[in-house]
Amino acid sequence: MHFPIKRRVAVVGAGMTLYRRRLQETTKEMVFHAVKMALDSAGLTIKDVDAVVGGSAPDLFDGIHMKGENVITEAGGALKPYLRNFTGGTTGVSQQINAWSIVASGLADVCISVSWEKMSPCHPHPQYAFWTIFDRIIERPLGVNLVWIFALEMNRYMHKHNIKKEDIALVAVKNKANALDHPCAQLPAKITVEDVLNSPVMCWPVQRLDISPPSDGASAVIFASEDVAKKITDTPVWVIGVGRCEDTTYWMNRDLYFPYYAYYAGQQAYSMAHIYNPRKEIDVFEIYDPFDYKELHHMEGLRLCGKGEAPKLTREGVTQRDGDMPVNPSGGLMGVGNPIAAGGGMKVCEIFWQLRKEAGKRQVKKDVTVGLAHAWGELMQGSSVLIMKV
Amino acid sequence: MEGKIGLERKIAVVGVGWSGFKPFTTEEYRELIFEAAVKAYEDAGGINPRKDVDGFIGVAEDLWEGISIADEYYPDQVGAVFKPENSVSADGIVGFISACMMIQSGVWDTAVVEAHSKISEVLSVNDLLLFALDPVFNRPLWNVDPKTKKPVGGHPYMFAGLEMNRYLAETGTTVEQCAKVVVKNYRNALKNPFAAYGSNLTVEDVICSKVVSHPLKELDASKFADGCVVVVLAGEEVAKKYTDTPIWVKGYGFCSETSWLECHDWGDSVYTRISGEMAYKMAGIKNPRKEVNFAEVDDTFSYKELQNLEALKIFGRGEAGKFVEENLTAIDGDFPVNPSGGSLGQGNLFCANGLQKILGVVLQLRNEAGKFQVSKAEVGLAQAWRGIPTTSGAVTILGR
Amino acid sequence: MSVKISKYPGVGLKEEDIKGKKVLTTVWPCNLKYSWSAGVAVGRFLTELKNGKIIGRVCKKCGRILIPPRMYCEWCWKPTDEWVYVKDTGTINTYAITHLATDGVTRLKEPMPIAVIQLDVPAKLPRFFAGFLHYLGEVKPEDVKFGMKVKAVWKPPEERIGSITDIKYFKPV
Repeated sequence: MHFPIKRRVAVVGAGMTLYRRRLQETTKEMVFHAVKMALDSAGLTIKDVDAVVGGSAPDLFDGIHMKGENVITEAGGALKPYLRNFTGGTTGVSQQINAWSIVASGLADVCISVSWEKMSPCHPHPQYAFWTIFDRIIERPLGVNLVWIFALEMNRYMHKHNIKKEDIALVAVKNKANALDHPCAQLPAKITVEDVLNSPVMCWPVQRLDISPPSDGASAVIFASEDVAKKITDTPVWVIGVGRCEDTTYWMNRDLYFPYYAYYAGQQAYSMAHIYNPRKEIDVFEIYDPFDYKELHHMEGLRLCGKGEAPKLTREGVTQRDGDMPVNPSGGLMGVGNPIAAGGGMKVCEIFWQLRKEAGKRQVKKDVTVGLAHAWGELMQGSSVLIMKV
Repeated sequence: MEGKIGLERKIAVVGVGWSGFKPFTTEEYRELIFEAAVKAYEDAGGINPRKDVDGFIGVAEDLWEGISIADEYYPDQVGAVFKPENSVSADGIVGFISACMMIQSGVWDTAVVEAHSKISEVLSVNDLLLFALDPVFNRPLWNVDPKTKKPVGGHPYMFAGLEMNRYLAETGTTVEQCAKVVVKNYRNALKNPFAAYGSNLTVEDVICSKVVSHPLKELDASKFADGCVVVVLAGEEVAKKYTDTPIWVKGYGFCSETSWLECHDWGDSVYTRISGEMAYKMAGIKNPRKEVNFAEVDDTFSYKELQNLEALKIFGRGEAGKFVEENLTAIDGDFPVNPSGGSLGQGNLFCANGLQKILGVVLQLRNEAGKFQVSKAEVGLAQAWRGIPTTSGAVTILGR
Repeated sequence: MSVKISKYPGVGLKEEDIKGKKVLTTVWPCNLKYSWSAGVAVGRFLTELKNGKIIGRVCKKCGRILIPPRMYCEWCWKPTDEWVYVKDTGTINTYAITHLATDGVTRLKEPMPIAVIQLDVPAKLPRFFAGFLHYLGEVKPEDVKFGMKVKAVWKPPEERIGSITDIKYFKPV
């Protein structure tokens, strides 16, 4: 880097709607609610906003082509610079990088970043839309389903490190229990490892309780430049590291047991934040968990432990809220819900609230100053990372 | 919004590459992108994407390709595997601006932006355009035939027809003046070796073509084309490593008007006006007509070129039509507009239109435009619109 | 959620609310049709599949044989150099047993094994191999193992159309 990063950018407000399998609100209404909440939480009005970044995953879910255009006004972007970031599942965090750069480059002082997803309009089931993420010529004729690719990766991961399903199920148990304290959660529950292992097999080794549900929901955060942030709040949460990268599209040519994309995205963010030992220097983590094994997979990718060691940490309770390295204190996507882009958005909101000690019953026990939000997406392919500090 | 003045860190375009533009291509779209990327990196002094490029921005919209998550298929062919990357679903110029902002903020030194069109693969573009309308308030205007499951009703270009009608009424511009834009751009395209639709038309040809949605005629609308454009950017400290002719980014702006199609300003291009103001302020331009030499502006429809020129304050409200008639905007005119042929002459590349405009400006500024070179090329402006039924656009000003 | 916020927007609905017409709904069919070019690389791949052969591209710099073939090596970032035929045998890199059909809802009568088949081609770079996703056949789901050797079972020549489904499945040898 030849040019030092001069402008400090902070997150100053956040808001989210309930996450449910079906919400009555239309896409526009959901987005409005999330943005209004975020503005209210920061004591701002729409007049104070200079730019807006929207983020939402496949258009096929709500059945609107160029869906970013459908919510411009509701997101607060009317007559303002507005863009939609779209990187599949990583959108929830990668859009924050766009919003950060809008403020860091000096184009704006206040930028809203709203993530939303409305999966319920897709019939017969949102799952079916996922068929269209696969290669049009080499894979779709096989009738491939999204759960297949997760099952293939999970099996490879389990085989490589000799991990048992019982250990992976502990993540589902932890996250769903954590979600009991999240007011917006879709499927909070007190379950046991046996419940997970006895749930219907979807695509072995994936069973129903290993999977996060499809959801409708929206969340928003507000970025502000240093001067403005200090006027709005006494506890701005500073963005100190960003990272995003992808592996090759050809997922069937790679050994899936280790998420190199998470490693490199983490490296970018750690390097920008001058973090050398993430396990010690970061206090709280929100790691993308569309399936329970993914939390473990990504923990290893982000260098929070050695390859194959994540299950041990979970077994020992290290990743619990009162543990040494709390992961997904919100309840993660498993418990709160997985409206693709808004899933990542929820994680950013959670880190924001954790660092400001506003997470109530979900507040982790240890003292927190640095937090990491991570999102994953596409064909076992991409990760985005955001590191914040209070 | 106050808007930013000046750029703290100068950014240059150090390489451009393209493939197409043709009505139909047989390569797979990733092969098309690879071809454009190879040319762009070669143009940028042989920059190695695996080593020298810090970040990549892709511009794509799922349903133009028929893939959910078009970003999945982005990294391989541009050399972005394991490198910082991001994708925006917006106009090509907005992707360009995203890359500029990442460089401005200091986190990247070099960046690549890519956008493409493979619209020949979409079997019914009209159904796709209807799919972009609001499902609650606009789509119910089209009845769905229960047997064929296809929507039955007006052509989606009716929105352009409505806008054109309002614009003509508000400004007194005539259909003949709009037709003159078509004639000019198709003739310019004859001089452009990579344009898809160069031809010698007359104003009568345009006016007598089939009515699409009054007063819009068939030849008033640009035809589709396949193609890809890749642009390489670098911060000033490293730009000279890759090129002897850096083209500097003077200013940029982007804006969206509203998500409510019925509420947008039908007669004026508000998003262009605001984007232009942002860009002029950043570039320190007070009199665009004098301080900018030529422009590549959106001409997805003929009237759009005139509407945009007025919104950009290059001509006064209602004057653009007159100046086109007087050949002021011809290649050898006082203020050339779309010397490359624009979308009308080169083909409508949808998301890639913005980068197509930037390509046109960069070639002019480098004196590499060959037969369609304008004589005075110091400062050029590129402007684009996302197309029907959106109200989003962007502007960037480049100079030597 | 923040402790400072007491009310959360959103009204959840059940499937019965929609079917029972308790809320207004609007329906639009997704009628989007495309005709995709396979391109130079995959076009040749499909043609050879019709002939009962598997073909790949070679990148001379990293030495990899790329299957599915592509005209560029994404790792070295350069055009690939030549075509090469490979045997239709391989080993199982990873597998899964699916109980779900494509729509994600319908349960299959018989669980079906699927696998990522690593073709018998020298692996020149760690973690990369040549291969693709396909079904497994003539094997019980419980007998599938990692590293199992498999061979392609092709459709008869008159039934092949130039598609990945010209291979019916891979069976253990």
